[in-house]
Amino acid sequence: MAEKKIKRRSAAGSKEKGLQFFAYTVLVIGAISMIMPFLWMTTTSLKTLDAIFIQPKNWIQMFVPTMFKWENYAEAFRVVPFAKFYLNSIFVGLAVTIGQVLTSSMAAYAFSRLTFPGRDKLFFAYLATMMIPGSVTMIPVYVLMRLFGWVDTYKALIIPMIFSAYGTFMLRQFFMTLPKDLEDAAKIDGCGFFRIFWTIILPLSKPALATLTVFTFMGNWGNFMWPLLVTNTDSMRTLPIGLESFKTQYSTDWHLLMAGSVMAMLPIVIIFIFTQRYFVESIKLTGVKG
Amino acid sequence: MALKARGKETLAAYLFLSPNLIGFMVFTFLPVFVSLLLSFYAWDITSAPKFVGIDNFVKLLGFHSEGGSLVVNDTKFWQYLWNTLFLMFSIPICMMASLGLAIALNRKIKGESVFRTLFFLPSICPGVAVAILWLWIFNPDFGMLNNIIYWIGKFLGFVIPGPLWLNSPGWAKPSLMLMNFWIAIGGMNMILYLAALQGIPRDFYEAAEIDGANGWQKFWAITWPQISPTTFFIFLMSIIGGFQGGFMQAYIMTGGGPGGATTTIEYYIFNNLYTWQNVGYASAIAWFLFIVIFAFSLVNWRYGGKLVHY
Repeated sequence: MAEKKIKRRSAAGSKEKGLQFFAYTVLVIGAISMIMPFLWMTTTSLKTLDAIFIQPKNWIQMFVPTMFKWENYAEAFRVVPFAKFYLNSIFVGLAVTIGQVLTSSMAAYAFSRLTFPGRDKLFFAYLATMMIPGSVTMIPVYVLMRLFGWVDTYKALIIPMIFSAYGTFMLRQFFMTLPKDLEDAAKIDGCGFFRIFWTIILPLSKPALATLTVFTFMGNWGNFMWPLLVTNTDSMRTLPIGLESFKTQYSTDWHLLMAGSVMAMLPIVIIFIFTQRYFVESIKLTGVKG
Repeated sequence: MALKARGKETLAAYLFLSPNLIGFMVFTFLPVFVSLLLSFYAWDITSAPKFVGIDNFVKLLGFHSEGGSLVVNDTKFWQYLWNTLFLMFSIPICMMASLGLAIALNRKIKGESVFRTLFFLPSICPGVAVAILWLWIFNPDFGMLNNIIYWIGKFLGFVIPGPLWLNSPGWAKPSLMLMNFWIAIGGMNMILYLAALQGIPRDFYEAAEIDGANGWQKFWAITWPQISPTTFFIFLMSIIGGFQGGFMQAYIMTGGGPGGATTTIEYYIFNNLYTWQNVGYASAIAWFLFIVIFAFSLVNWRYGGKLVHY
C-alpha cells in the first residue's frame, strides 16, 4: 500500500518534471527567436557595408563581424541630422507626456472626486470616442493644422497629442479607489479643491501617474503616422521619420540604418528594463479585469 | 449656503476639466463630426470644398455595369479590404501562442522576469525600427531568414530555395504575418493571459485532481472557461487593431506592393489624404472603417458575451 503510494507519487513527480522540462524548452526556444533578430541587428550595425553584403558561411560569420566598426554610430550622426531627430523626439515626447499627465489628472480629478451637472454624460462622451478609429479624427485635425499654419512646427507635433481620453479614463479609475476620508478631513481644515488635488490626490496616485508617464512617453517615441503627416523638413522630424532618411533613392546604407535603429530603440529598452516589474504589473491591473 | 457650496464645486470642476475638455473638443469631438461632413465633399484642401452628396460612398461601395457584367467602382478598395482581413487571420494563431507562452511562464520558472522581458521587447520597441530590422531579415539574398533556410537545407543535404518574402506577391502577406506574430506573441496579450492564469484559484485544480482529472481535462474544464473573458477581450481588441493596421509596414517595408498585395485600408486612407489629397474620399473610407469596427464590436458584445463565463 505504502509502496504503491510512493510509486504513484514518483510517477506524478516525473510527469511534473517532464512538463517543467517542456515548459523550459518552449521558453528557451521562444526567447532565442525573440532575441536573435535584435542580436543580428546590433552586429549588422557594427559591420562595414561590404561585409553585410557577403553570404555568411556559418553562424559565427553571421553574428560576429570580422572587425567591429564602432564608427558606424558616429557616421550615422554625420550622414543625417540624427542628433536633431533625437532631440526632437526627446523634446516632443517630454512635452506631450507632461501635458497629458497634467491635463488628464486634472480632468480625472473632476470626474472622480467632484460632482457637477452633466458629469456622467460628459464622461460617457469621453469613453465613446475611444471606440473611434484614429484615422477618423486624424483627417480633420490634419486639415486644421494646415489651416492654422502649424504644419512643420512643434505645435503640430505636441498640442493635438496632449489630450487623451485614455489617460483621463485610466487616472479616473485609479482616483476612484482613494479613500474619501482624507479629503473630508482636509476640507474641514479648510483646504480648497486645488490644495486637495495637489497635496492629497496626486501624491497618493504616484503609481498610476508613473504608469501613464511611461506609457505616454513610450507611445510617443514610436509614433509614426502623425509626425509623418505634419512634418516635412529634417529640422522638425522625430526619430522614426528620420530613420527613413538613411534610405536614399539609389541605395540604402543598411549598416547605418541598423545603427540608427539600435539608437532609436535604446532609450525605450533602458526605460523598460528599469520599470519592467512595475510596467508589467500595471498592464495587469489596467488592462482588463480577468 | 449649500447651494453656494455646490456652485463653487461646479465651478472648480469645470476649471479642472477645462484644459482637457477644450483640447478634447477641438481635437477629438468636433473632428468626428467634421470628418462625417467631409465625407460628403470633394476637397483637395487648397481649393474650395465641393458638396458631392453620397458620391464618395457610391464610389467606395457601389458597382456599375461594364460590358454586361457588374464591376465594383473601386476595385482597389476591395483588394485592400481583403488584404486587411487576410492579415487578421493570424490573430487566433497568435493568441494561442501567447496563451501557450503564458501557461509555460505560469509554472514555477527560474528567471521568469528575464523571459518576460525578452518576450516583451519586440512589442515595446519603436515600430519603425522593428520594420526596418525585418525588412533586412526578409532580404532574399542577404537576409537572416534565407541564410537560415539555406543552412537547414545544407544540413539536410539538399537545397531549399528561400522565398522572395516581401518581394513576392504570394509571400508578402504571410511575411508580414510572420513579423506581426514575432512582435505580438509575447506582448500585452501574453501579460494579460498571465494575469488571468494567476487569478484562477488553486482550489479548483486541487478539487479536479482529487476527482482524477488529467492535464487536458483540467485545461478544458477549468483554465479555458476561467480565462474566457480575457480571451474575449484580447480577440476584440486584436480585431479592432487589425482593421486599423498595416500602415507602417506598407509605408516603410513594401510601399503597399507588390501589386498592392500589402496595402491595407489604413494605408489607402493615408494615401488618399496625404499623397492624392482626396480629403473627402479619405474621410468616407475612415467612416466606413468606423462603422465596420462599431458593428463588429456590437455583435461581439451581444453574442460573444454569452459564450464567456464571468
